[in-house]
Amino acid sequence: MQPQTAMPRNSAQPATATIEIRNLTCTFTSKRQSTTALQDVSLTVAPGEFVTIVGPSGCGKSTLLKIIAGLVQPSEGEVMLLGNAVREPQRDIGFAFQRAALLEWRGARANILLQAEMRGMDKDAAAARADHLIELTGLSGFEDALPHELSGGMQQRVALCRALLHEPPVLLMDEPFGALDALTREHMNVEMHRLWRETSTTVVLVTHSIAEAVYLGQRVVVMTPRPGRIHEVYDVDLPAERDYGTTMSSPAFETLARNIRGLLGASGHHG
Amino acid sequence: MTDVSSRDRTTSAGSPRGPAGPRHDATDQRSVLEHLARFAAAVWRPAVLLALIGVVWWAVTAAELFPRYLVPTPGAVWATLLEDREMLAVHTWVTAYETVIGFLLATLAGLLAAVLIVYSSTLEKALYPLILFAQVIPKIAIAPILVVWFGFGPEPKIILAVLIAFFPVVISGVAGLRSTDPELLDLSATMGASRWQTFRKIRFPGSLPHLLAGLKVAATLAVVGAVVGEFVGADEGLGYVLLLASGNLNSSLLFADLILMSVLGVALFVLVELAEALLIPWHASRRQGIAMTTS
Repeated sequence: MQPQTAMPRNSAQPATATIEIRNLTCTFTSKRQSTTALQDVSLTVAPGEFVTIVGPSGCGKSTLLKIIAGLVQPSEGEVMLLGNAVREPQRDIGFAFQRAALLEWRGARANILLQAEMRGMDKDAAAARADHLIELTGLSGFEDALPHELSGGMQQRVALCRALLHEPPVLLMDEPFGALDALTREHMNVEMHRLWRETSTTVVLVTHSIAEAVYLGQRVVVMTPRPGRIHEVYDVDLPAERDYGTTMSSPAFETLARNIRGLLGASGHHG
Repeated sequence: MTDVSSRDRTTSAGSPRGPAGPRHDATDQRSVLEHLARFAAAVWRPAVLLALIGVVWWAVTAAELFPRYLVPTPGAVWATLLEDREMLAVHTWVTAYETVIGFLLATLAGLLAAVLIVYSSTLEKALYPLILFAQVIPKIAIAPILVVWFGFGPEPKIILAVLIAFFPVVISGVAGLRSTDPELLDLSATMGASRWQTFRKIRFPGSLPHLLAGLKVAATLAVVGAVVGEFVGADEGLGYVLLLASGNLNSSLLFADLILMSVLGVALFVLVELAEALLIPWHASRRQGIAMTTS
């Protein structure tokens, strides 16, 4: 799998799409009012693609992710995941939340292995895979540490390992690095990029950091404020092998980031 | 005592440190001496306070502010505890038995009710008002009926202990099971976990901090239930001895009996504390060394 040679838009034929979102609208009704979180969103994600979604707070991007996962039911439209219509919580995915959502009473390794226990995976294979991921994410030496003994970045790494343990074809990430400090975040971005290149996982990552979206994504989806619509989709024309410093200062990156920022700023005035 | 276990956790689990290994090593390597030192550090303050109260008590009786038959001297109470130790041990055992059985049954029943309430909104609507209604009936008013129904044996005392200890277990159990992070439930759904798996691995362990706080309240209340049951109709137990001593104006025995009752309550409380130290060493309340009941 060579994501760098795949031109996402051209290669994404409907039949082979990993995720296909068709005319999605999602309205939440509470006692007082109804809020439209998403309006007429359509998006196709090709196998192995890394798509990032940016948008202002409350634009429904997290909701979109939850709908793909089958955790929230849309009001209209539908989502096809790996060729099947999503109507209930999906198992063929890994989900990483904004907060690490770890079990406080379990050590790092045991938290990662929760995935295996719930799925009834083969114990030895799962343990080996967990150890591999622990090494890959630099958690070695912290296998038994409880969540409160870990830093925020390490907690997120544990959550990432847990989401990847069962080698899901699709990884959905909801602002996974949003709670981290800038330096840790950059570091996690580099690691995330490397992890993605080493696997054939399709990733959809929601973020409100433009830099993160451009650095990680092959395509960046920019959303409007509530009700969330797709404003623009950008192809990221950066080399697949992305050194963080070089990428950040490259003209291509700067142009794209400026465009997106302009778009978000402009839409902010209307909203 | 309560402080000891929490302090242990502070030094073993909560210490800031680098690599992950040391936590267990530190626990294992701690010597008996260190344990004793910690115990002493935790106990000396209440011990001093207790001694102070003892001194005041002694001073009051020495000054003969009250007649001896109303307020016995500490010495007289101590003498009673020693002289009647066999008789008192038997009665303490009876009350302890009723209390512990009552507490365990209340825990089981309360937990079951909490699970039903959390998992079924129909049952919640049906059960909650009834549980609340049962709670507001003064338990002492039920006691005579229970004696009529079940006689003078341990049953009415156990039932009273259950009735009185049940409520905090239900309330804390419901609060605990409801406190699950919704993201954890989402996560569990994407893992394809069954309801039972989610309960066993996520919801129930997560509810333990709340639940154990409720159990501490329940433990002390169970003693009250058993003693109230003995007041109404019994021929053994600390409550029975209390009535007897009061009838005979035997204030030394009265005080000795009271002391034993409180020791029983404290012992049960400490047992729940120990369970807490074993079950939820990871929880913030344990790490920060705050060992207080909240519900």
